[in-house]
Amino acid sequence: MNDSQTDIRAYTLRLELVDEPGELLRSLKPIAENGGNLLSIFHERGNVTPRGHIPVEVDIEATPDRFETIVEGLRDAGINVIQAGTERYSEGLTIILSGHLIDTDLSDTLSQIQETKYATVTDISLTAPQGATDISSARLKLATESGSTAEVLESIREIADEKDLRLVEPLITGGDV
Amino acid sequence: MRVGVVGVGDVGSAVLELSAEYGHTVTAVADSESATVEPDGVDVSAVLSTKRSDGVVGRADPEAALEGPYDVLVECTPTTLDDAEPGFSHAGIALQRDRHVVLANKGPVAERYRELKELEAESDGTVRFGATVGGAIPVISTIEDFGPDRVLSLRGVLNGTANFILSRMATEGLDYEHVLAETQDLGVAEADPSFDVNGTDAALKGVIVANVLQQGEAVSLEDAEVEGIADLPGSMLDLAQEDGRTIRLIVEVADGTVRVGPRLLHESADLAPVGTRNAVGIETESAGQLNLSGRGAGGVETASAVLSDIERLPE
Repeated sequence: MNDSQTDIRAYTLRLELVDEPGELLRSLKPIAENGGNLLSIFHERGNVTPRGHIPVEVDIEATPDRFETIVEGLRDAGINVIQAGTERYSEGLTIILSGHLIDTDLSDTLSQIQETKYATVTDISLTAPQGATDISSARLKLATESGSTAEVLESIREIADEKDLRLVEPLITGGDV
Repeated sequence: MRVGVVGVGDVGSAVLELSAEYGHTVTAVADSESATVEPDGVDVSAVLSTKRSDGVVGRADPEAALEGPYDVLVECTPTTLDDAEPGFSHAGIALQRDRHVVLANKGPVAERYRELKELEAESDGTVRFGATVGGAIPVISTIEDFGPDRVLSLRGVLNGTANFILSRMATEGLDYEHVLAETQDLGVAEADPSFDVNGTDAALKGVIVANVLQQGEAVSLEDAEVEGIADLPGSMLDLAQEDGRTIRLIVEVADGTVRVGPRLLHESADLAPVGTRNAVGIETESAGQLNLSGRGAGGVETASAVLSDIERLPE
């Protein structure tokens, strides 16, 4: 047996819960069912995220293998995992968009990207050399959760397609961005 | 070996010029309208000068060369899409005669791979096509050396013209139209550059790699997802540069899919060559990523790949 099956460690999970009854209990189920030992729950009831969710911090003990299963289980249950262990948005992603960014409502484009479950826009740089009504380009930096890059890119492709924007994706080689 | 050459453009001419150096005898030459057949060896320099002065390579019909006395037929006619003719039929004639075929023409390998392999299976001849991907860079033979089933993916720059345009746009801060015109003046881009700038050429190479990796389930150009670099705004490159990055037209072959499009990568990345150079990364199962770069096009460079393929043929 190797370490990942026997070595029990402490992990912190940061979750974002929808403000509805039963959500907290629902989020604890995948932890219990997958062999996680609950150490503490910090439920910031009064503190609401920009997306209107409630942040919850959960400390648990589990083996690395079980921890992975727990995170998967939470995601399968549709619970937004912001941070799992040390892997908070561990992958940075840079994209460039071009087109009628301003006419097609840039802030809507950004919120659509933000709404893709696993990404958050951390930086934007816009250039409109011919003025706001012409073609402009924007460089966006996104923080994505580890392992979700492909999914995030797929959503961005759809958004770009719908708004007729030209997208330059990052080249991703062998899992390393 | 006795070599027959069909197609006398940049690549075909260079194959003719280099064959003797590699110890081969050219016994048949054809362009689209004429041919010369000489079982004891064609006078290569005479043929090339007639081609330059009169636009023909001899007095015989092209069919005479295809039916001529060669061990290997080198197919260098221009790449065509869909039915990949006349290149496909040229290869077919040679294989039916149990002769080897070395292709510099991408059409038959990208568009009709399965049929080509079927013809090869029925023939005593062998088909090789290393010159179709990456010019002088041994992309196909490297994949073969590792074993196609031990190669997970390939990514990189396989079109020198698009790469030249993007690197000029980045270094000079000029827009697409301006750089394209300059590239045509320099003779790097052709008068009709659409094949290069709309990603078709890169996609054909990706499709060929996918066919080698897949071994069986053939893909063709229509299976590829292709986006070119035509009219790419200079501001996109500016934004990339501000961030230490650049944009390259990248071919990605993984899991049987082929994608071509402009991608962001670090300025100093191995897969962001400058000028007309090509660069590819081959992701292997047990040896990590292997990067190869070099001259991806040009008559002599591509001819060297053709001649290497001839060396690899069974006797």
